[in-house]
Amino acid sequence: MSAIDPSRVPRFAHGSRVPGWDEAADLTKDPAPMPDPATTPVPEQLRATIEDYMSRYPDRHSAAIPALHAVQLHHGWCSPEGIEQAAAVMRVTPGYLAAVATFYDMLFTEPVGTHQVFVCTNISCSLCGADDLFAAFQEHVGDDAEFNLRSFECLGACDMAPMASIDGSYVGPIAVDEVPAVVEAVRRGEEPLPDRQLSRRKALDPPVIS
Amino acid sequence: MTDLLLFKDIDEPGLDTLEVYERHGGYQALRKALAMSREEVLHELEASAIRGRGGAGFAMGKKASFLPKGTMDKYLVCNADESEPGTLKDRDLMLKSPHMLIEGMVIAAYTISANLAYIYIRGEYDLPATRLERAVEEAKAAGYIGDSILGSDHSMNLWVHRGAGAYICGEETALLDSLEGKRGNPRLKPPFPAVQGLFQGPTLINNVETLSTVPTIIAMGGERYAELGVQNSTGTKVVSVSGNVRRPGNFEIELGISSRDIIYGLAGGPPEGREVKFWFPGGSSSPILTKDDLDLSYDFDTMAKAGSMLGSGSIIVVDDAHSIVDVALKTAEFYRHESCGKCTPCREGTNWTVKMLERIDDGEATPMDLDIMASVQEQIIGNCLCVLGDSMAMPIGSMVEKFRDEFEAHIEAARARNELATTDEAPPEAIIQGAVA
Repeated sequence: MSAIDPSRVPRFAHGSRVPGWDEAADLTKDPAPMPDPATTPVPEQLRATIEDYMSRYPDRHSAAIPALHAVQLHHGWCSPEGIEQAAAVMRVTPGYLAAVATFYDMLFTEPVGTHQVFVCTNISCSLCGADDLFAAFQEHVGDDAEFNLRSFECLGACDMAPMASIDGSYVGPIAVDEVPAVVEAVRRGEEPLPDRQLSRRKALDPPVIS
Repeated sequence: MTDLLLFKDIDEPGLDTLEVYERHGGYQALRKALAMSREEVLHELEASAIRGRGGAGFAMGKKASFLPKGTMDKYLVCNADESEPGTLKDRDLMLKSPHMLIEGMVIAAYTISANLAYIYIRGEYDLPATRLERAVEEAKAAGYIGDSILGSDHSMNLWVHRGAGAYICGEETALLDSLEGKRGNPRLKPPFPAVQGLFQGPTLINNVETLSTVPTIIAMGGERYAELGVQNSTGTKVVSVSGNVRRPGNFEIELGISSRDIIYGLAGGPPEGREVKFWFPGGSSSPILTKDDLDLSYDFDTMAKAGSMLGSGSIIVVDDAHSIVDVALKTAEFYRHESCGKCTPCREGTNWTVKMLERIDDGEATPMDLDIMASVQEQIIGNCLCVLGDSMAMPIGSMVEKFRDEFEAHIEAARARNELATTDEAPPEAIIQGAVA
């Protein structure tokens, strides 16, 4: 028996137990080369978007994060295939883009559901009951693969606490008993709690909440 | 209370469009600035004595004056990666009045002769970023961004760059690395960005609120702006108040009003029947202050003298219904998650602190562990590449110092609960509740 029982190594939030974490790297293998632009098929739209991003910076590498956003929009996640396509357009190795993608919370290197639900569980929101809200979301979403539900660090909407970012729009405050309706609205593709969207909030004179 | 400067017309419908912004006097400050020489504009910024609104509080005019003169490629970067827990001021400024930020950036770029500017906005801010992108397009079409702006010798381009969710990218050198398309790891300083920043060129980096104030400073004159506020903390500031208050939100205040007026006056104080237990005066990175400190003047120097900092100007209020251990654990977990892992004191220190707080919560700790935890915090402070490690160590250290009794009581209660759990007797209700509270 090995000294470390792999099943007992905790999975850290920052992903230090990614698949293959306990396998030694094959040092005899060559790193993946830059994909050949002539033989790598890239969707025309994706290529145009990434080339537009590259034109905005003196150094094309700067387009890495915007390009990965574009890949994610096209493929749903930063798939090896998508990373290969972006690498072919940007003339970098896939490894370079994979290293960037694994650093950031909003770039997904594993397939995820199409509905992004990020529940803020940072200090201000948790003082207002965000942990219960997240638990309620977990219960009502269940194992629905359409959802990418996760707790998130401060989303910068502490005035709407407890809140969630649902498919990119901020909604809050959300009460625990409103979660079933919110989840249903997201499933139907509707805007949940329209009167509590950030886009309709005023900056001056915030409302009294309790 | 002074007149609002940044929030004057903030809720005006359509202020995010060029037409409405111009109707409210928009881009007049830019015309005025372009008619002045670069030295004169810099002089106004220095005379205003405005201190950076992002967290460090460094004088903006002085920072701009550090950039070398000459014709090399220089860059202006707006730090819109507002991720400090409790902070939401930049969100409203970009969402409601994106042209004010753009106008401020064009003036700042003129001052330092930068021809390329970027707004690095956090990826989560989808709506503010969309509105900013639209505003930039409008400004380009109207000739406020482009070649020979309004007939002057200043030409520039400006782009909005979306991040992808990393707190560390709010640190200026990590932001530069991220903007260069790398993982967001902080750089060793010096060289400071003013000398060697983005693409190795001299770079001025300022927060959204700082740059949004620039048009006001030019319009009213630096010296008149400096009359607002108090010594060393001039002007107005947007403070975000959140947590256990009745009216959480953004409020524009003149620096130097009492903290009680902000927490109780503007934000309505804690809910009925509750009291303020402690508060973070400048985001979760600032050492905590207690209810005895509520009458302190809210400005940079007073907060520093009280052993804390004004930071990004975000007050998080915690009332007496919450346990100090829970808040400490939440704080430490956040910094553990966001530590980039480049330097050891931060990577290991944040992880260690979380583990020790979990032990305290589980009743496996002894009061001696509090001393060990406090010494870990001391060893983090000042020993990291950037301030992320300090940002955890300072509040956690202050919590242990100011609420040591509660930590010890929590350890004792949790230990007693564990002991009872191992015996067959049913535990008395009072002890269980004591352990949870």
